[in-house]
Amino acid sequence: MTNYVTTMNKDSSPAAIQWSWWLLMVLAAGLLFSMYGPLLDGYEIGIVVFAAVGMALLGQNWPGFRIHLAAVTGLSLIAIQLYGTDLTAPETSFFLNYILASQSAIMWMSALFVMATFAYFVGLFARSEFTAKVGSALTWLATTMGMVGLMVRWRESYLISADVGHIPVSNLYEVFILFAVITALIYLFYERRYQTRALGGFVLLVISAAVAFQLWYTFGRNAADIQPLVPALQSYWMKIHVPANFVGYGAFSMAAMIGSAYLLTSWARSANPSGLMSTVMPDLIVMEDLMYKAIALGFAFFTVATVLGALWAAEAWGGYWSWDPKETWALIVWLNYAAWLHMRMIKGWHGRPMAWWAVIGLFVTLFAFLGVNMFLGGLHSYGEL
Amino acid sequence: MSDVKVSSPSRQSFSRRLFLLLGSMDLAITLLLALAIASIIGTLLQQNQPYADYVIKFGPFWFDVFETAGLYDVYSALWFLAILTLLVISTTVCVIRNGPSMIKDMWNLRTHVREKSLRVMHHNAQWLVTSESEPVVAVLEKGLSEEGFRVRQTVKEEGVLLSAMRGGMNRLGYIFTHVAIIVICIGGLLDSNLRIKFAEWQGDLKIETRDLASNDVPKESRLPVGNQAFRGSIQIPEGRTANVVFLALRDGYLVQELPFALKVEDFRIEHYATGQPKSFETDLVLYDNDLPEPLKTTIAVNHPLIHKGYAIYQSSFADGGTTLSMEAWPLDHRADQDVVSFEGKVFEKRQMSWGEQSLRLELNSFRPFNINPDPTEEDPDNLRNFGPSFGFKLRSETGEAKEYVNYMAPVMREGRAFYLSGVRSSPAEEFGYLYIPIDRQGGLKAFNQFLQRLHDVTSVEEVSKQMMLETLSQMSDTSGPRLQASLQETLTTLVTMFIRGGFTEVSQFIETSLPENQREKLGPAYLSMLREMLARLYFMDKDQTNPVTEAELLFLQDAADAIGSLSRYGSPVYLSLRDFDHVQASGLQIARAPGKVTVYVGCAFLILGVFILFYLPQRRFWVLVKQNNGESEIILAGMSNRNPRDFDMVFNQIVDKLRRASGNSDSH
Repeated sequence: MTNYVTTMNKDSSPAAIQWSWWLLMVLAAGLLFSMYGPLLDGYEIGIVVFAAVGMALLGQNWPGFRIHLAAVTGLSLIAIQLYGTDLTAPETSFFLNYILASQSAIMWMSALFVMATFAYFVGLFARSEFTAKVGSALTWLATTMGMVGLMVRWRESYLISADVGHIPVSNLYEVFILFAVITALIYLFYERRYQTRALGGFVLLVISAAVAFQLWYTFGRNAADIQPLVPALQSYWMKIHVPANFVGYGAFSMAAMIGSAYLLTSWARSANPSGLMSTVMPDLIVMEDLMYKAIALGFAFFTVATVLGALWAAEAWGGYWSWDPKETWALIVWLNYAAWLHMRMIKGWHGRPMAWWAVIGLFVTLFAFLGVNMFLGGLHSYGEL
Repeated sequence: MSDVKVSSPSRQSFSRRLFLLLGSMDLAITLLLALAIASIIGTLLQQNQPYADYVIKFGPFWFDVFETAGLYDVYSALWFLAILTLLVISTTVCVIRNGPSMIKDMWNLRTHVREKSLRVMHHNAQWLVTSESEPVVAVLEKGLSEEGFRVRQTVKEEGVLLSAMRGGMNRLGYIFTHVAIIVICIGGLLDSNLRIKFAEWQGDLKIETRDLASNDVPKESRLPVGNQAFRGSIQIPEGRTANVVFLALRDGYLVQELPFALKVEDFRIEHYATGQPKSFETDLVLYDNDLPEPLKTTIAVNHPLIHKGYAIYQSSFADGGTTLSMEAWPLDHRADQDVVSFEGKVFEKRQMSWGEQSLRLELNSFRPFNINPDPTEEDPDNLRNFGPSFGFKLRSETGEAKEYVNYMAPVMREGRAFYLSGVRSSPAEEFGYLYIPIDRQGGLKAFNQFLQRLHDVTSVEEVSKQMMLETLSQMSDTSGPRLQASLQETLTTLVTMFIRGGFTEVSQFIETSLPENQREKLGPAYLSMLREMLARLYFMDKDQTNPVTEAELLFLQDAADAIGSLSRYGSPVYLSLRDFDHVQASGLQIARAPGKVTVYVGCAFLILGVFILFYLPQRRFWVLVKQNNGESEIILAGMSNRNPRDFDMVFNQIVDKLRRASGNSDSH
């Protein structure tokens, strides 16, 4: 057996911490119900329970996530407190204006992600473990700021007017933040599990690209304004359909970036086995494994998201499947990765072809995510460029 | 689906070979990708558009080619359905072939393994303990059970074999996902329009392409009430009732009858403060003889009504024939004639004769309000409600039409009130706007009077003569009768040119008719003469003792601007909206999907299956305990069908645990 196996980290947290964490989540959900119970309908209660269980599961063996969640909660509550009921509060509050108002938090997220990308690459090629660790820390910070940005934006939408308020996953601007945050979280999970920071820069490249697009979209298209929801989007389904989709998109993107790291490493190793790239990168088998894990995760969530989408469509558009461009492209993405998984699991394909396929998969995914809105329109045209 | 090597295909029967081919992995992957690629076509070429649009886009030749290939409705084209069917067959064959062995494998603990095969497994370990085998076996069995394994003991020649397995359900993942695909496709098929296609092919159904009232649609284009799937739509004006829906099909439609009638009582749109729509709601009454009394309910987007398996959705809205009370103010030489009041309904078309012009008035739309951007200095994002408007077309006998949109309420511009009317010659253009100034009484009287006067030959003659005399009296000696006549004629012509084509026409006249050396001097003179004429005509019967106010001058300027652009406006009348009775129509989509439950069950199994497949790996362990002179030799082997890297770690943990439990902590 090779030595990387022993470095794989599946450490469980001490039982006491696990129990306390679960208790905390139960308490948080309970507190929420006691404060706002009468306002919630059955679906929303279900969503809260689901979210509490999800966060309990994620956090029970993952210290980083516990700190992240605590930080997001704390900072968001501070921001909400500072806001009070006055949307113009950032004009007078230093913390809101420069750190916690959603736009500011999101700018911080953008900057931190780009810095993290550099830190990871410097750490990798200068063989500086410390710098790579800085990369991880920056990624955690960026993820936290992004999440805080989303939470505060959620509150801001209600400050505009009670009927405008909605969860910030309703247009292209908002889902780009969601994409960056979710992709980073998935990566951080596997970074800990596989005990390698070598892939950080590669995965963060796709996040940085999303951030660049986001900045252009913010300033070039004035996309950051909070818009009220069109009637078709006023549904509890949005709260679960969209995040589930972005777990899929995020995982597929990560798989593609690991695929490109795989290809670069494998070329480097065949060209110059003792070169820098050949020696700093982890085993090809590890990358291949991680690629599979990411695609499996993405596929599972994408399946859920597509089914949720069908359920929603049956309620809003009058049919669970209409061959709408977005639906059809979701199917295309699904079929593509279904074929990938069959190839790997049944036919035993591996190595470069599968890495190439994962990279191509990103373009298929990207088209489903962005291209459809840009070029095809249809019923899903909520975010146009 | 698994790959099976066919050893000697020639000896096998054809049906066996076909069965193997259909169940082969290669075919399955090919079909998955073929389906993906075929699906792309339908997203690139917009589906189910009016056929005329396709002809314009592709030309008659390619239109026919694409129509034959079914590209305008790819997803119900025969070849597309064939790919889907093949995929379902291929999946079915896979399940039939692999299902039984997988189910067996879920329970089978594989108690027949040999010592030799344990020793060659990738994951294996062996150690010795200094005790009898019986207690060791008991300890090991307990250890494996604690880890969640199902364990069975078999006594073999060489010793005692413990066979253990965890996650046998993983095999269910395979079965669930693949059966789910079959179930979903069958459910989808139940809800497809295959039956309609079949009936059409048999000649029992005919697609209607004419624009008919639903009662006039002949029997061969009607679908009776039944349990078949359909998805259709209908627009019902407020206060009206319907008991059919229209199914759009290729270049026409079919009428589907409903076992109930629907009355739209009221349709409402609520708006956000910014003017974007916030909700679309319809108050419905459903009449069904099976109900003790009519069902009253309200539907909204995302909140359909479901009755007897028929789902009724709020999908769109339109005007339901709003009654408009209008006044036609003449804008041409008939300006002296009376204003004509008349009524019309939205979507009505009627022939109007205005003067010698006969135009078809097509009333197209009505909007109760218009919230448009109106940037101010303080707020660049300012929005303003411009009030009700209606849209119409005026079509000449040659078929050419201009499109208009008239606002009911006066619009303020730089502190002055105007009636606003937009005009364009084609939908591709932006509207150009005519601003007609409103007088102090809040009406069009003053504007109309001014217009009348410009058209009134006597007034123009009188004013031009007076002005000619005044002009010439300022000059000294050149007052010959020829000059007099010529100057007066010029003044009259200027006014005539102005009402024909505005300042543009006058400028053109200057450009084209005047000698170049005089143009620079005479051009401005002509324009100021024209302005003077307009002013004199405007102030013709004004009491000379009252000073001219700035308001009057501004009105004159606005009126002149409006009259100057009438030629481009192109309508002989201005239609002023006096009153309206707003009637809306609610657009309902009504669907019946008997396959829905099947599809949902399939989806649930798909999700369950996918998660089981990825996250519940099947793990097997075998422990052979051989007794040897008071010592026991333990041979342990393990395997997993998923995530070999994860299994490395699991294997090490199990080995460590069992080794300690059995009383051996040496390293191997």
